[in-house]
Amino acid sequence: MNKSYNFAFFDEGSKREIRRATLKAIAIPGYQVPFASREMPIGRGWGTGGLQLTLSLIGKEDVLKVIDQGSDESVNAVNIKKLVSDTTGIRTTDSTREATLIQSRHRVPEVSLQQDQILILQVPLPEPLRSFEPSEYETKKLHAEREYSGAWLMLFEQIMKYGTMATDADHPVMVHDRYVSAPSPIPRFDNPKLDYSEALILLGAGREKKVYAVPPFTKVTSLAFDDYEFEKESFANRECILCTSKDVFLDELVDQDTGATYFQCNDTSNCLDIVNQKQSLGVK
Amino acid sequence: MAELEVPVLSVKQLNKQFGNGCPSCKDKESGDMIKNYCRECGTVYACRDVTFDVYQGEVLGIVGESGSGKSTLMKSLYFDQEVTNGEMYVAGFENGKKNVLNESAQKKRYIRNHLMGKVYQNPILGLKMNFSSIGNIAEKLISAGNRHVGSMETRGASLLEEVNIPIHRMKEEPRNFSGGMQQRVQIAKALSNNPPILLLDEVTTGLDLSVQASVLDLIKGLQRELNISIVLVSHDLGVIRMLADRTLVMLEGKVVEQGLTDQILEDPQHPYTQQLVHSLL
Repeated sequence: MNKSYNFAFFDEGSKREIRRATLKAIAIPGYQVPFASREMPIGRGWGTGGLQLTLSLIGKEDVLKVIDQGSDESVNAVNIKKLVSDTTGIRTTDSTREATLIQSRHRVPEVSLQQDQILILQVPLPEPLRSFEPSEYETKKLHAEREYSGAWLMLFEQIMKYGTMATDADHPVMVHDRYVSAPSPIPRFDNPKLDYSEALILLGAGREKKVYAVPPFTKVTSLAFDDYEFEKESFANRECILCTSKDVFLDELVDQDTGATYFQCNDTSNCLDIVNQKQSLGVK
Repeated sequence: MAELEVPVLSVKQLNKQFGNGCPSCKDKESGDMIKNYCRECGTVYACRDVTFDVYQGEVLGIVGESGSGKSTLMKSLYFDQEVTNGEMYVAGFENGKKNVLNESAQKKRYIRNHLMGKVYQNPILGLKMNFSSIGNIAEKLISAGNRHVGSMETRGASLLEEVNIPIHRMKEEPRNFSGGMQQRVQIAKALSNNPPILLLDEVTTGLDLSVQASVLDLIKGLQRELNISIVLVSHDLGVIRMLADRTLVMLEGKVVEQGLTDQILEDPQHPYTQQLVHSLL
């Protein structure tokens, strides 16, 4: 542990300010609470929102897991884990079940989360109405008045142009029947996992200086029309080439030698767990 | 005896001033004023005690020179800006018993989305230029609570057909359209949720004569067909003569004369109206 830093990198005052914003965010599900985003040793837009939440919450007993696009081993995930463990001395893990804090970019883990866990999502664009209304002053008013026709209009435009809702990630959600929020760029596949999630879900945007939350057991519905229902990405008749799992989020990859496409789990730790389990049970 | 007919829209003593005012312009008649501008404190009195009623199926014209407060009045009616004081009653909201200008922003938005439509002089204000034309119409329908893509598409297509926009261009963005077409898309948008009140602010200004004629034709036809009430602002007396049943004449923020359109045009009483009518080419 590097003694030249305070525990968890930040001074105590900064942590308290972020926690205060977090408490407010939990009290008003889906509402974007502004906070004083700190300078970080990584660039804004590289997960500083999530990292600040992690650092403000982490204690000596915590076990941290960091995922980047489903992977525990990508450069971004490894660096964030290193920074946190260097400045706190806490243990990191790849196992979703073992972790108490899970910081993630672009995915909600396949293993369903428990009540004693906190999921922290990194958010690039917290404002779901931004492409409809560029002014923050105006979007604040729209949220206050619960005027969300802009969010539906954007989906309507996609249906007109492409015949279907073309959001591949960051499909807007209605939290607790009040605030329309951006669920961060998780695939549509993960949106239903937010609904009545047992774990607390916090979302942090470092560049945009906003924190918002989905408290445990909160209703989260993905926006849709009466005649165009919300649909997850479909992986019908596909399975992971390594662990043969179905009904998980799969990445489509190309075999460099043959040029054939194949599918593999996006959540690497879950995939590894299943493979290990199968081997210990003696299944081929 | 049957009760008197209730107006669809009733405006009473509406005032809008830009600036705080000062003792010298308290008394607007004798104060140190240039028209409706206070020399002392720079306050502009844009609308002064404007009062009028609009009845079902009636077209009310408002004329006046530029700077007379016509557009300010229209903005106030559509809640685009706060008024200084005044009252406004809308028949479709709380039976026309509540002053809507005192309602919350949420309620005002409801009235705008459900009971009114507005066509702006400049289509940029009324349309989202980077959304498709059908999307622009859907925006109004979505605001009014519609969540059914199929029905919105059918409604949008039939409206666009009605205003003579070819259906194969409905998914195109209005920024690709000519001024006249943009204006017609705006009209379709304003009409999309069958509003009982339609506000038209200088809709034909800046359009060429043949397009003007077709837009006016369209408005007249729709108004007869749907029996909606229209408040129409124009400084073109030809437009007023063709469309309006009744006319208000505004000058320096005040209504100086009102009456049946024919009466106003044939037998103007106020010196300003006389001048206006006589300068008609």
